[in-house]
Amino acid sequence: MIEILQQYWLAYLWSDGQRLSGLGMTLLLLLATIGIGFPLSVLLAVARVSARRRLRVPVYLYTYFFRGTPLYIQLLIIYSGVYSLQLVQQQPDLNQFFQDGFNCALLAFVLNTSAYTTEILAGAIRSIPHGEIEAAEAFGMSRWAMYRHIILPAALRRALPNYSNEVILILHATPIAFTATVPELLKVARDVNSATYASFEAFGTAALIYAAVSFLIVWIFRRLERRWLAFLHTGSH
Amino acid sequence: MYTLMVDDIHQKFGTHEVLKGISLRARKGDVISIIGSSGSGKSTFLRCINFLETPCAGSVALGAHVLHAPSAGRRSSALQRELIEVRTKLAMVFQHFNLWAHMTVLENVIEAPLHVLSISRDEAVARARKYLAKVGLNAGVEAKYPSQLSGGQQQRVAIARALAMEPEVMLFDEPTSALDPELVGEVLKVMQALAEEGRTMIVVTHEMGFAREVSSHVIFLHQGRIEEQGPPQRLFQQPSSERLQQFLRGSLK
Repeated sequence: MIEILQQYWLAYLWSDGQRLSGLGMTLLLLLATIGIGFPLSVLLAVARVSARRRLRVPVYLYTYFFRGTPLYIQLLIIYSGVYSLQLVQQQPDLNQFFQDGFNCALLAFVLNTSAYTTEILAGAIRSIPHGEIEAAEAFGMSRWAMYRHIILPAALRRALPNYSNEVILILHATPIAFTATVPELLKVARDVNSATYASFEAFGTAALIYAAVSFLIVWIFRRLERRWLAFLHTGSH
Repeated sequence: MYTLMVDDIHQKFGTHEVLKGISLRARKGDVISIIGSSGSGKSTFLRCINFLETPCAGSVALGAHVLHAPSAGRRSSALQRELIEVRTKLAMVFQHFNLWAHMTVLENVIEAPLHVLSISRDEAVARARKYLAKVGLNAGVEAKYPSQLSGGQQQRVAIARALAMEPEVMLFDEPTSALDPELVGEVLKVMQALAEEGRTMIVVTHEMGFAREVSSHVIFLHQGRIEEQGPPQRLFQQPSSERLQQFLRGSLK
């Protein structure tokens, strides 16, 4: 165990000698997925609860498809399937984009997490008591002001507990990026395993790192919830 | 000169006609109580005044602004703009308070002045403190969330929130109906104080005491029509219509 850690700690955490690897790559993928997926989901959630069918239905079909199929298949379609299309190969920009495994993994993750997050946020928007929205209307708020100052702040707070689950699920889905040759944590563990045949230590080390990151995520969300969900706790009258 | 003129409001839910042509005139300082049994259409009428429910026919005029019921049912963008103008001058207090649960008391009261009237934060906070004090809430509640307050306190916050808009007319939709009986008094007292300082108020209420003692004019609705209206002394002492006599017998036990 000690020898493995001595020899491979840098690869597990940060770099395999040529590029970012292990925990660093996993976190990059996780943060980029959240950073792009979350704002996208906010927009999609607003469309999802819209009274206009033209906005609501396409988003519904999108979330239905991406929640209804495995992430693994979504990545295979984007990484192998899309790249095999003539149309993509003829466009230099597209060709270059889909050639890169990291791009493909990130795209698949963003599309997947946005589907789930959109539904989480749409549910939170629907759970806002109607009277609160009516009050905003009655005071003369425009639709835009209402979303910006009342609906989204209320919904994002209420969505926090569900969203923390989603973030941990994305973390635990990042090993799938290995399929697209992204050298994240599991890829390093596999390399160590094939070099040393010490399977328990090689994968166990990766598992401990995932557990530590999960713990950190839970801790961060716990703090956010204490701050932003204080309004749900009834004090003594 | 009237501050608020509401003309011939009709409202239908499906084929059921809830309001069959109701008009109302309010001068500055008037306190108009709207009474009637449940289902008489009184809350619907109040909600038609600020177009929370879009009436099928009729108009609402406030100062230079006039809202006409849209003929096709859909609101035009011109109506929408006019509506926002009117709503900033008509503040509403709801039966279920409808405070924004995720905001503290202070945030609730500064929210609309800040983002609708676009006044500065300092000014909004100063206003909020002034009106919270007026409804009898001390500085200790400012940082609390609505869920930490009693119903009576929540409704007083809601009244402060409405006052902070410095509206021309205040609309009250059964403001004490959702309160425990022992909390009704504190809210009515605040409303009475507002009436005495000359605010224009339209109050849908089941509190006959309030209607009789505080209002300057009482409207009795029955099945979507004004059955009888007039000064409270006459209405409560010599009701002329059979329906009102019946209603008062039932409610003044």
